[in-house]
Amino acid sequence: MKIAGGVLLVFLLLIPAFAWADSAGYGYSIDDSYAATILGTPQNLRPDTRGEVPVKTMVLETDQKKPEIFFYDRGLRYTVAFQNRKAPLVFLIAGTGGSSKSARIGALMANLYHAGFHVIALPSPTFPNFIIDASTTHVPGNLSDDANDLYRVMEQIWDQSKGRIEVSDFLLAGYSLGGTEAAFVAKLDDQYKVFDFRRVLMLNPAVNLYNSVSRIEWLLDRIPGGPRKIGTFYNRVMEKCTDFYRKGDFVAIDDDFLFAAYQAQLLNRDEAGGVIAVSFRIGSAGMIFASDVMTHGGYVVPKNRTLKNSDSLDDYFWTSLHLSFLDYFNEYFFPYFRSRRPGLTKEELLETLSLGSIEGYLASSTKIGVITNEDDFILAPGELDYLRRVFGPRLKVYPRGGHLGNLEYRDNMAFLIDRLRSSTW
Amino acid sequence: MFSNAIKLIFKTVLVLFLSGCAAGRAYLPGDVPPMHMVREFSDDEHVSRTRDPWEGFNRSMYKFNYEADRFVFLPVVAGYEKAVPRFARTGVSNFFTNIREVQTFYNCILQTKGKKSLVTLGRFLTNSTIGIGGLFDPATAFGWRRENEDFDHTLEIWGVGTGPYLVLPILGPNTVRSAGGFAVDGGVRWAIMNTIDPFGGTGARTEIETGSTGLETVDLRYRESFRYYDSDYPFEYNMVRYLFSQERELKIIR
Repeated sequence: MKIAGGVLLVFLLLIPAFAWADSAGYGYSIDDSYAATILGTPQNLRPDTRGEVPVKTMVLETDQKKPEIFFYDRGLRYTVAFQNRKAPLVFLIAGTGGSSKSARIGALMANLYHAGFHVIALPSPTFPNFIIDASTTHVPGNLSDDANDLYRVMEQIWDQSKGRIEVSDFLLAGYSLGGTEAAFVAKLDDQYKVFDFRRVLMLNPAVNLYNSVSRIEWLLDRIPGGPRKIGTFYNRVMEKCTDFYRKGDFVAIDDDFLFAAYQAQLLNRDEAGGVIAVSFRIGSAGMIFASDVMTHGGYVVPKNRTLKNSDSLDDYFWTSLHLSFLDYFNEYFFPYFRSRRPGLTKEELLETLSLGSIEGYLASSTKIGVITNEDDFILAPGELDYLRRVFGPRLKVYPRGGHLGNLEYRDNMAFLIDRLRSSTW
Repeated sequence: MFSNAIKLIFKTVLVLFLSGCAAGRAYLPGDVPPMHMVREFSDDEHVSRTRDPWEGFNRSMYKFNYEADRFVFLPVVAGYEKAVPRFARTGVSNFFTNIREVQTFYNCILQTKGKKSLVTLGRFLTNSTIGIGGLFDPATAFGWRRENEDFDHTLEIWGVGTGPYLVLPILGPNTVRSAGGFAVDGGVRWAIMNTIDPFGGTGARTEIETGSTGLETVDLRYRESFRYYDSDYPFEYNMVRYLFSQERELKIIR
């Protein structure tokens, strides 16, 4: 059945197509930012990570009593890959809606393990498992709260692990929203010094959460009928893919199929953008529902309802899919924090959701570096310049790769590992 | 022990069925209406094509399978992986896959697929002989692609509709038609085994057959990487139901 992979493939299926970039200078080959984001790095451009990586899933047990509908949740799940000798330890933070077993975490883990690091990967604070088990408020998205939760969890995980491994020093890296969160966690660590991170890497981070999310949501404005018609859009895209599959001689829905679809220009650019935004919505639907159930927020689930395992969730799923992250912010997130801090204005809250709120720290802390791309569409106009200004030489910008599409490209991976190893930027 | 397990499963299924098939709806009388309800979004086209009138039962069965995995199958598979080296596990998988070529063969014939049935026959003969009773798979190395046909697909070709979604104990996601197809394929296999009676002369037929069924079950679970609730996604049941129909559709295309 291979359903775990299937979930991913349904979205990977969906491919735009543009000419391959010429390889002058930088060898990552996909020059359309949406295509790069969806396809990632072609196998032959990745580093060789053959050989077993001893990845283990661990559970950090939490004693919270859980709602029946989450009966299967037995604690926060994180993954580890440990060396059997003394080595530096990297903590990884996943991006929006990502688990500690997401594909990008898997790739980072394999490469870092082969480079000789111990690795511990954490799910994103926007991931349902984290919302249920590790979030103090159960309302994800508030960077400083989420960083506090992450830091506490990292301490607990370290307590669980330290008897089993020898660690020389600590490092931290996160991608996408996880990159932004890494900056906030680093700041906390400078205060509490539990790990005293030697180096912190932010990979394709959001500069301003609200801007980045808005930019992803805007991609849905360009699909036929707009954001209210994501079901129709999804069905059309799937029909195209099924049709393409039927006509070709494909063995399975795999990388070969994906690249063939890409080269055949199966989807246009607007459709590719729509696919990215719909997969984002699928993640955020899980986040909204999990948070609402945990807080009895009455947002999509009746607040006096206790859901049973046998209850149908179809209607909640459909509703949550159609709510944008901006709806979530305005109707759920902001009211929640205003009820805890009367007088809080939307502008004040928005201000806390950006790197700007810790700019002084970021500008002066030489251990923190940023790696991103010229064409990363989660950055609003001016934000790349902002990063240049704040980080100066500690910023590395690649000419293409979209949002994380070039993460696994061998030059990128080599640079990333080199930065983690070196003592100066 | 095996028959006890079957009795337990049967009882559980019966209780679940009697306790009502319909799933609790999203909004009940007396509920405080949430800020957003599904009717706001009824103008969008639905995605799932699978009818699921027995969702309450299916969800309970989904959970039952999770528990069965957790307490029985996954520990057994873990023990199997520890005790049996990888090349031997691959041999076991090849062996049972080879037996299933018979099922593919007669279903290809029922679906009047001449070329596929010949390839399958060739594969079966090659792997049974050169492949030492099916322990190895030289046929694939010769470029003969493995086909996979079952009676469910035959019924599809004959124009039988899928029927509602049905999560079976242990076997997991199905439709009424695929469950029927599974039963037919199982029956045919039983009939063939009874006719050939390969273990008849050993004096330990029952023991061998029980052992072989047990091993085949372990092998099936060993090869299936899916784990219930592993995604931690609150709508995993919905996703699996959708992907099940989607995967089926792609398989039929090929």
